[in-house]
Amino acid sequence: MKTDETPLALTNAEVARYSRHLIMPEVGMQGQLKLKTARALCIGVGGLGSPVALYLAAAGVGTIGIVDFDDVDYSNLQRQIIHGTPDVGRSKLDSAKSRLNALNPEVTVVTHNMALSSENALALFADYDLVIDGTDNFPTRYLVNDACVLQRKPNVYGSIFRFEGQASVFATSDGPCYRCLYPEPPPPGLVPSCAEGGVLGILPGVVGTLQATEAIKLILGVGEPLVGRFLLFDALKMRFRELKLRKDPDCPVCGTQPTITQLIDYEQFCGITPAAPAGTTAADPAADETTVEELKTRLDRQDTFLLLDVREPQEFEICRIPGSVLIPLGDLPSRLAELEGHDDLVVHCKSGVRSGKAVALLHAAGYSRARNLRGGILAWIDRIDQTLPRY
Amino acid sequence: MAHKILIPTPLRAYTGKQEVVEADGGTVGELLTNMTTEYTDLRNHLYTEEGKLRSFVNIYVNDDDIRYLDREQTALKPGDTVSIIPSVAGGGRP
Repeated sequence: MKTDETPLALTNAEVARYSRHLIMPEVGMQGQLKLKTARALCIGVGGLGSPVALYLAAAGVGTIGIVDFDDVDYSNLQRQIIHGTPDVGRSKLDSAKSRLNALNPEVTVVTHNMALSSENALALFADYDLVIDGTDNFPTRYLVNDACVLQRKPNVYGSIFRFEGQASVFATSDGPCYRCLYPEPPPPGLVPSCAEGGVLGILPGVVGTLQATEAIKLILGVGEPLVGRFLLFDALKMRFRELKLRKDPDCPVCGTQPTITQLIDYEQFCGITPAAPAGTTAADPAADETTVEELKTRLDRQDTFLLLDVREPQEFEICRIPGSVLIPLGDLPSRLAELEGHDDLVVHCKSGVRSGKAVALLHAAGYSRARNLRGGILAWIDRIDQTLPRY
Repeated sequence: MAHKILIPTPLRAYTGKQEVVEADGGTVGELLTNMTTEYTDLRNHLYTEEGKLRSFVNIYVNDDDIRYLDREQTALKPGDTVSIIPSVAGGGRP
């Protein structure tokens, strides 16, 4: 909270730290004081949130809120540069806070250990001037957008997939919001996630740095913000494109006659039904599933069945279950002929999602005995063969 | 009249990994129909079962969203490039 009694000024240590800002007319003392009193909220300190939080702290944004509930994992370190190897196993919030404090002890880092939800988002956003969206899933993306519109906070947006990134600034007073661009999310399963598709580690560095740049510009009130513009970045081509965005007068949340005036159930909106609690057998989901223990027994017994791996060839290179045959999920419809003569099929992927789709496809094609390996090769590694690498 | 259509990474699995495909058409609708006739797997990703463009897929002619032009009736001029811009999810948890 800003106290009005004390005149706002920079200490000598701050003047030394921010001297390269202070000598620029676009920032100067007034601008640096704006940064010092600013309150920015980073949703997630992962791939995008890492560079965002680091640059905001370095620039002297006085209060930086960070929201996350994950722990640091080895697979994060390829891109989440705020965390280091000694941080693996720590909470991302603790890890990020230590790093930001070390980078700039002049700024206050506020940690919010929570999954952002319809219950907590509005109260949380009320405490900040702007929100930087570094989320990785559609329910949270729509939640952040709607909460920003309802609380009138700019939403600095970024998104990444493989080699391509997107960035924009949504929910400013006269600009479009994310729903003006995409009124509805894709149904689950139709768009591949980064966990399936992978991501170039540097890509969130580029896109997150673009978001940090826009956040700083919004705080300073300088330049031309990325409002009404959709920036596309292709790292392979090293090319930026810009598309025009318009505020949709019929937008359900920021239009002239909004139908969404409070936060909704975003999991339901995105077609994600909560997983049945363990132990329940709603419609017997286990009927077309098998376990890694059962698979091991059958392999040891040398039963006659086909073990089908529907991951990508790059993943097959990393680790595989002996005896498995690789047909990536995307190729499966055109390669069904290769399964002829195999009635009994066990299908697996990394964690069970893609193989679930493959089993549905196989059932539709008449392979009624195809079963999904629950938990995928990760469960196999955890419970059967710990010598294989996890990825 | 052939026009270039830029295919985003998530949909390249359905165009034989091609980033750019060409199709004929005087309007955006004709162009997309001709394209999905050649690349049939794309149809399900662009259109609903009722044949409407899906709301998480935006179509641009050059840098303009067809929703603010004449939608699928938007006329194409020589040299116009059509882009398919789907929403993407970012980071990603399994």
